[in-house]
Amino acid sequence: MGSEFHIVVCGSIVPDPLQTLAPQDGPAGPSLKNEMMLPAVLDPWAGHALFEAAHLAAANPGSQVWLVSLGPKAKLQQVMMSVAQKVPFQLVVADGSASGFADAYETAKALAGTIEGIAGLDKSKLLLFGGWQSASRGSGAVIQMVGERLGVTEQFQGVDKLTVGGDGSLEVLERVEGGAYQKSVVDGAPAAFGWATGELPEPPNNPQVGMQNMQRNMPALMQAKPADLSGTTLKFSSVELPQQRRETRIVKDVPVEEMAREIVEWIKG
Amino acid sequence: MTVLYLAHTECDNSLHKSALEALNAAKTAAEGLGCELIVGLIGGDIAAAADSIGGCGAKFYGVSGSDFADGRYASDVAAAEAIAKACTPEVVVAPATSRFSRALPGLAIRLDGRVDTHLSGFEAVDGKPVAKRWFYRQRMEGVLTREERPWIVTLDSGCAEPFEGAGAASVEMLDVDVSAVRTKVAGMECASEDAQTIRPDADLLFVAGAGWTKKQADGATHVEEAEKAILSFLDTTKSSLGSSKSLVDISGEGGKVISFLTHMHQVGQTGATPRHPKGLSSCCHGEEPHVVGWRFIKERRAINLDAGCGWAQGKCDVLYVGDAFAIMAKVNELLG
Repeated sequence: MGSEFHIVVCGSIVPDPLQTLAPQDGPAGPSLKNEMMLPAVLDPWAGHALFEAAHLAAANPGSQVWLVSLGPKAKLQQVMMSVAQKVPFQLVVADGSASGFADAYETAKALAGTIEGIAGLDKSKLLLFGGWQSASRGSGAVIQMVGERLGVTEQFQGVDKLTVGGDGSLEVLERVEGGAYQKSVVDGAPAAFGWATGELPEPPNNPQVGMQNMQRNMPALMQAKPADLSGTTLKFSSVELPQQRRETRIVKDVPVEEMAREIVEWIKG
Repeated sequence: MTVLYLAHTECDNSLHKSALEALNAAKTAAEGLGCELIVGLIGGDIAAAADSIGGCGAKFYGVSGSDFADGRYASDVAAAEAIAKACTPEVVVAPATSRFSRALPGLAIRLDGRVDTHLSGFEAVDGKPVAKRWFYRQRMEGVLTREERPWIVTLDSGCAEPFEGAGAASVEMLDVDVSAVRTKVAGMECASEDAQTIRPDADLLFVAGAGWTKKQADGATHVEEAEKAILSFLDTTKSSLGSSKSLVDISGEGGKVISFLTHMHQVGQTGATPRHPKGLSSCCHGEEPHVVGWRFIKERRAINLDAGCGWAQGKCDVLYVGDAFAIMAKVNELLG
């Protein structure tokens, strides 16, 4: 027996992890050099959350998935062309900065306000999903604050597995220190989950899903409302790349025994 | 003006090293800000933990009982809220443990404050609190301030010296009603002592790269041999094991995998950025993501077949150019 969930996934875009990034100062604080030119991808942890949400929704008939994204809508549109081919979801866009330097509190405020505006969302069935970290700000704080603002106080972070019981209860495995998991059970929705890697691989592209998604999601992009993230006093006195280049000693053309001995001495030292 | 230091106890009712580091940072910051330091402890039984840091000279508040022995968002944030409301702090300093990383961001909403997490530094500069943290996955470090209060901050481990100063502590206990909390902690799932390969407090991080599963000079893969070599090394040295993303992902690509590696071992752009005094990588290649994974490793050595490896050059202290299978076999033999 399944349960019916309204799953809201919070996830934004980040620069492709393989890109070289450099900060620069601007009138509104730090930003990335050539930020709008950098190729963007869906944040990896938000991606895990989205794929888990779609899987959960498919296994529980009547469930729906919304992807709520705060980011510049032109870049979001580019990224969604590929993300939309993965799994079915309804996109809700808040048009604003996806910068890693944006204040987590203001981001959470904008996301919570956007979620409040979703027509037909039943908060008693709400599962709030997102990444436990992001590849931009990396604060691991936004989902908790969005949850608090929505009155969702059963929360979990570093989630790798979520199992729905026959009675609608949710068993959760959360990462804790030392490669261990904490197992918890909550009696049902509403609850919030910050996902770690999850268990599902990235789904293959499905052009049919992409067509269906984009028919619904293009209007969402067109109707995106500007998000106001200005209510913060957060100030950066500097943002710098670490300038540490090591003098690498190359050990080659020497016997394996000699290398091994040196490594062992170093380990024991 | 008050600086509140928050900590939770471990399952043996002690304080973790990272909690002691955060206390030192909080105490130093309070002195620099000219503030009173207040300690708030949360746990099943906090008496021993309080006495272990009683020498810090602070007033103590506590929330304890079986409801607070395990980390749960709802009970932890309620306890932290009660302590904060008892002392109305300007600044709240806590360790960035998994338990508080889960709970304390929500406290910012309840107190109408702001939160900055995973700080790499927190200090008073000219009488004002200043924080340091990394952005874009440990690729650039920013120095930041803010005016909103209370300012809740969590510090990553390894960013301060642990506080030392036991003494009898008098703790004012607070009652917190968590009867409405719906989450029940059902226990821990830990690897057995033999299978445990993630050891955050180890002196050495051993990183295995995808090369361990590639075809070797004889045209065949030798994954079982690789597994034996890696496990033997870990057993002897009690090192922590990390993995490159490409090695973890091989399972999704249908390749033969090292059986004991999971996404929990992954370091780098989309994995952990562990802190160990030494790191030894083997069969790794790559650029930016690996640099991120090694950001906080102090002494770094690598074994790689390519002397010109763009990742190793300038990023590690010593690069051994050779076959990791042969070198690690000899290392294991010498470690005996």
